Amino acid sequence: MENTDTIIELKGISKVFEDGFKAVDNFNLQVKRGEFVTFLGPSGCGKTTTLRMIAGFEVPTEGDILLNGESIIGLPPYMRPINTVFQRYALFPHMNVFDNIAFGLRQKKTPSDLIGKKVRRVLELVDLEGFENRRIKTLSGGQQQRIAIARALVNEPEILLLDEPLGALDLKMRKEMQLELKEMHDTLGITFIYVTHDQEEALTMSDKIVVMNEGCTQQIGTPEDIYNEPETIFVADFIGESNIFNGMMTGHLKARFCGGEFDCVDDYKEGTHITAIVRPEDVVITSPERGTIVGVVDKVIFKGIHYEITVLSGKNEMVIQTVKNATPGDRVGLRVDPENIHIIIAPDHTNLFYADINQNYKLEYNEHELDKNLTEVMRGSSRRDDGTVVDSAGQAIEPDRLRVLVAIKPDDIEMTDDQEAGIVQGWISNLVYKGDHYSYIIHTDLEQDFVVNDEYLWNMGDQVGLLMPEDKMTFTLKRK
Amino acid sequence: MNWKIFRRLFLLLVLVFLYLPIVLLAVYSFTLSTNIGAIRGFSLHNYVTLFTTPELTSMIAGTITLALGSAVIATILGTMGAIGAFYSKKNVSAFITTLNQVPVINADVVTGFSICVLLVVALGISKDSYIPLLAGHVTLCAPFVFLSVMPRIKQMDSSIYEAALDLGATPVKALFEVVIPQIIPGIISGFSLAVTLSLDDYFIAMYTKPATFDTISTYVVNATKGAQTTIKTALWALSTVIFLIVVLVVLLSNLSVILENVRKKKGKKKKKGHLEKGGSRAG
Repeated sequence: MENTDTIIELKGISKVFEDGFKAVDNFNLQVKRGEFVTFLGPSGCGKTTTLRMIAGFEVPTEGDILLNGESIIGLPPYMRPINTVFQRYALFPHMNVFDNIAFGLRQKKTPSDLIGKKVRRVLELVDLEGFENRRIKTLSGGQQQRIAIARALVNEPEILLLDEPLGALDLKMRKEMQLELKEMHDTLGITFIYVTHDQEEALTMSDKIVVMNEGCTQQIGTPEDIYNEPETIFVADFIGESNIFNGMMTGHLKARFCGGEFDCVDDYKEGTHITAIVRPEDVVITSPERGTIVGVVDKVIFKGIHYEITVLSGKNEMVIQTVKNATPGDRVGLRVDPENIHIIIAPDHTNLFYADINQNYKLEYNEHELDKNLTEVMRGSSRRDDGTVVDSAGQAIEPDRLRVLVAIKPDDIEMTDDQEAGIVQGWISNLVYKGDHYSYIIHTDLEQDFVVNDEYLWNMGDQVGLLMPEDKMTFTLKRK
Repeated sequence: MNWKIFRRLFLLLVLVFLYLPIVLLAVYSFTLSTNIGAIRGFSLHNYVTLFTTPELTSMIAGTITLALGSAVIATILGTMGAIGAFYSKKNVSAFITTLNQVPVINADVVTGFSICVLLVVALGISKDSYIPLLAGHVTLCAPFVFLSVMPRIKQMDSSIYEAALDLGATPVKALFEVVIPQIIPGIISGFSLAVTLSLDDYFIAMYTKPATFDTISTYVVNATKGAQTTIKTALWALSTVIFLIVVLVVLLSNLSVILENVRKKKGKKKKKGHLEKGGSRAG
């Protein structure tokens, strides 16, 4: 049944640019009347392109956009009852504030006394009464932003699109504007579609968040859903901070990761390869004998509201946020409540592990140098003549402040009897026949579980080395 | 001390070198002299001749009409070209920009001669139709208009065009109400440049003008060769008038810049007393 409350629906939208770049891939979304929906994702994830397709500045290569049940794909932007607040405001510099706001009403041939009234009302709404005759150049960034919002709202659009509208403001003003925008949304009842790369902004303001990455929808849900129940590793990693581990189900509601066996609430079959997500604030530090795993405090950073404590358990690193202090070198136990362990089954069982950056600015895992330079992983970075690496802003990089999340697919890893030839060693702790190949779980000496697909049969308990070609890996830079 | 004197002297020499010839001409234009060398009595008769001889007045009027006409056409074409190139794909835009540079650098004599060959010889268009002349001057001026408009468009926030569409303006309205007002300074300077270029031109006019028509340039060249002294001395007056107009235009445009600066300063003062909610960051 068609939901009569749906104001706009995007059906299978794809956008391929002329240079062959696929910006958006099969995007589906229903937005209810009056909802505050946020597209969230890193730059280049396709969120702005999607917004521009709704506004009418881009035409989808595939799919349809329905407004109140009718396709608007053929409508040019100036015929859509949708208005946009642009990233850099895009106010008309040669007009004063009044003419800027009145521009849309004049296009609709609104009588001039009504224009005057509406402009005054919307200026009140954005708290800039009496600014009618000011020139745009004399306004501050925050004031320009308010005028841009007023200029869009005065047309009483069915949907208001906002393209990172607060990106150019400083932190304090951004927070203020977030609350004000939310308030405006609640009073006006207009549907807002908001684009941002700032997860906090998205969590604060939205009724519904659409997390996007590389043109694909990762998850659609309420802010609570997205934060508490991330469906993909990307979402877990992008929203908030997370400890991410490869592991395996070792029994009913039992998961093995980070060198220990944890009770959990997600019911998966024994032997399933899993990715376990633990939020830093959900880890409890206790005495060594009470902990599920035991480790040594490595680093303590004071962050104001909490301490950020890094504990090394074997070769695994767990980041913890707590109000209680700890001393580096202390032996502690770590415990996580079962409901705070979030288990994700990656659809392609991608293996994830953290690599460090060594003094030669090369990636290193298990004391094994990978044939990959930091400069290849970090966009815009370059190596200076004196050997140091600088980022795109020219700032020197401290290799021990960074690590790299490496992803590799099970098909791309090879097992070898020559254990020392592998990047990491381990034993086969599970195997499943998948029709044309076997899927193995290798429990490594670093207490991580890797999935490896191989067409040949190996035995349970075999000691193997894992060969991982660097060109099959993908890399994401992380701050420690 | 000596150095200071030398510096001033040098500056004086440069100014004398620049302005003495035209001052000399201006002085003689107010005399009865027919040759430079002996001053004979103050008189305005050169100016009377200049503005009463039909041959001269029609030549001046014709030149100005031609300059304004070709400048208008060149401004429209050059502006359209610049806007078009800006909104084109990257390599198309680079191609157009490069093509535009060739006529700018190319020698006028080549432009004039080749237009003559194409329009008059190959296509058989009569020079008396003024079409070759107009086409020649538009060809001369349009690339310069393109060049003076382009930087303005690049400076413009490119999303304001989309903002206008978003607010319900059709593409044509968005162009005229939002984009053109943004680049109007570039268009105006392009237009003035076009007028100047057309007034200055000799070679293109030589090759393309109708036999009975003369621009100031072609007329002056012919007249100074001949022995008609009344006309020759009247041209001194014409040169003086042109020079005075140029001085006036330069002064006015400088004055407008000064006034603009004064207004900006006032605006800033006003803003300081007016710090509103929304912070202190100036946009």
